[in-house]
Amino acid sequence: MTVEEDLVPEVHVEDVPQEAFTVIGRVPEGATREEAIAHLRAAARAVRGRDIRMVRAAGLGHIGGEFSVIDILVTLYLDSLHMGPELLGDPDRDRFILSKGHAAAALYTTLAAAGFIDPDDLSTFMQPMSQLNGHPARTKIAAVEASTGPLGHGLPIAVGTAIAGKLDGSARRTFVVTGDGEMQEGSNWEALMTAGNHGLANLCVIVDRNRLQQGARVADTNDLEPLPDKLRAFGMEVIELDGHDHGALRDAFANVPAASGKPTAIVAHTMKGHPISFMSDNVAWHHKVPSAEQVEAALTELEQS
Amino acid sequence: MTATAEKKLHDCRDAWVETLVELGQADPRIVAVVNDSVGSSKLGPFQSEFPERLINVGIAEQDMVGVGAGLANGGKIPFVSAASCFLTARAMEQIKVDAAYSEHHMVLVGQSPGMAYGELGPTHHSIEDLAWLRAIPNLTVVVPSDPEETRQAVRWAAQHDGPVFIRVSRMGVPDVNPAGYEFAPGKAVTLREGSDVTLIATGTVVSRALDAAELLASRGVSARVLSMPTISPLDKDAILAAAAETKGIVTVEEALTSGLGGAVAELVVQHQPVPMRFVGVTGFAPTGEVGWLLDHFGISATGIAEAASEIVGA
Ligand SMILES: Cc1ncc(C[n+]2csc(CCOP(=O)(O)OP(=O)(O)O)c2C)c(N)n1
Ligand SMILES: [Mg+2]
Repeated sequence: MTVEEDLVPEVHVEDVPQEAFTVIGRVPEGATREEAIAHLRAAARAVRGRDIRMVRAAGLGHIGGEFSVIDILVTLYLDSLHMGPELLGDPDRDRFILSKGHAAAALYTTLAAAGFIDPDDLSTFMQPMSQLNGHPARTKIAAVEASTGPLGHGLPIAVGTAIAGKLDGSARRTFVVTGDGEMQEGSNWEALMTAGNHGLANLCVIVDRNRLQQGARVADTNDLEPLPDKLRAFGMEVIELDGHDHGALRDAFANVPAASGKPTAIVAHTMKGHPISFMSDNVAWHHKVPSAEQVEAALTELEQS
Repeated sequence: MTATAEKKLHDCRDAWVETLVELGQADPRIVAVVNDSVGSSKLGPFQSEFPERLINVGIAEQDMVGVGAGLANGGKIPFVSAASCFLTARAMEQIKVDAAYSEHHMVLVGQSPGMAYGELGPTHHSIEDLAWLRAIPNLTVVVPSDPEETRQAVRWAAQHDGPVFIRVSRMGVPDVNPAGYEFAPGKAVTLREGSDVTLIATGTVVSRALDAAELLASRGVSARVLSMPTISPLDKDAILAAAAETKGIVTVEEALTSGLGGAVAELVVQHQPVPMRFVGVTGFAPTGEVGWLLDHFGISATGIAEAASEIVGA
């Protein structure tokens, strides 16, 4: 099954969220595991709620892949990364790269929740002259480490930042999220070969394994399986987990660098459109824009999630 | 503001896929190669009718163009179709070596070019493609301006024994060519006679050049409008005649001005130097929707008319 693409925006100015989005901030120091997970869950819910309304207002976005990656983004920025607004110029900050740049709205909302960008700016998403472009640009937003959008760029750049960290003897780590369809790009496998051969234990690749790409299932397009075996063959320490489980995600991120000295590859099993019943695991929602009624229905489901 | 505003606008991808399906029905050698771009190339109807003849390599553009060359070697006529930004930027060496240097009969179809993806940003704009591709020897570069020209270019490429790039617009364009129009590769089309200045435009923005000519006429300036559907090879005779017969040339394109503008300038400066102005994209775009961006870069009737006025001193 395939979907017809139509990325011609229909802007809904009347639906631009007017009320302030609040900075949620990091999991407090000394929080228990349960408290940390509760904090992340609440944050992810808020980020999803804002994200879907931004996409509705802009008339453009990639809601499916945004909702599949939000738990990963929120766990990284609000908990696992040694990175905060005060650390932006610090050479020893952890690096994060969203290689699947089409999930930009999810990144911006998470960055606002983490205090990196002014929450008021979220209402300018994709508007003329906005810094919040349809794909993240490092020249527009200080916290964005790499400009992405064309798939297959983030992982090679992450390998470079990891090599630089190793050369500097820095304890900093580099995390990069790729789409699973994105793993069809050869550049990723070239980069993985380099990462394995350089023993980049400070690198963590997270594959957002939602099993869907733009027009169809990954398996029906050009299959990736056996993905974990392939990653292992390229010298990765492979972890498979539920990419919507904040506890599993933070445990896995805390394990980087792996004791084996290998780069870590996390295959995060996710659902596109999670957790919205009518979007979840549905290829039609790659970049479909929700109607006002669908936004309301999704917000109701989110409240109950 | 402009006459274009009232005309019916077409997404040229519709003409492209209709024609490809027709060609596919007549010739089993016709195949399509895509990068998860069935939807963005509007290839659904071709896929339904010829599921086996649509090869989707996934998100892998270098592979896509290489596979296309292999299919050509195997006696097929491949139409390799993807968003122009990824097709050209990502697979440039495959285009150079596997298509052009190897002189394979294959057709590269750059979809939704220029700034059609608007607010998705410069990563998704294909403004460099004309400059890049005209630099490659052996490659015919065709930029249709309306659905009829798209149809004819696709048909021509299917039977032309060599590599061709066709830029297919999805940004709405009106019909600009006269009834009974016949596309001839390498030939300019005179859409409007004029004696003071010449506007040479290509693709999506030919209609804007026509609007500019109208605006200029209201100010007493007679502008010739040449549509240039083939960027490489160029119609040298039409350009040099325009340089000889009018005071100067304004080039108009939805691309970096090193595309059509650079090509025309290289010719004119050697054989018939005249004043020139270049209307087109001049840098990475800020965030904005395509119509807003075209105006931002002055690729509008008023922007083009202003450039022409500088030449004629009106
Ligand atoms: C090089 C390149 N080719 C094509 C595209 C168009 N495109 C945007 S998103 C997408 C599908 C991505 O699928 P996947 O990586 O699985 O991401 P997700 O499912 O998480 O949205 C495609 C083909 C692109 N952005 N870059
Ligand atoms: Mg996917």
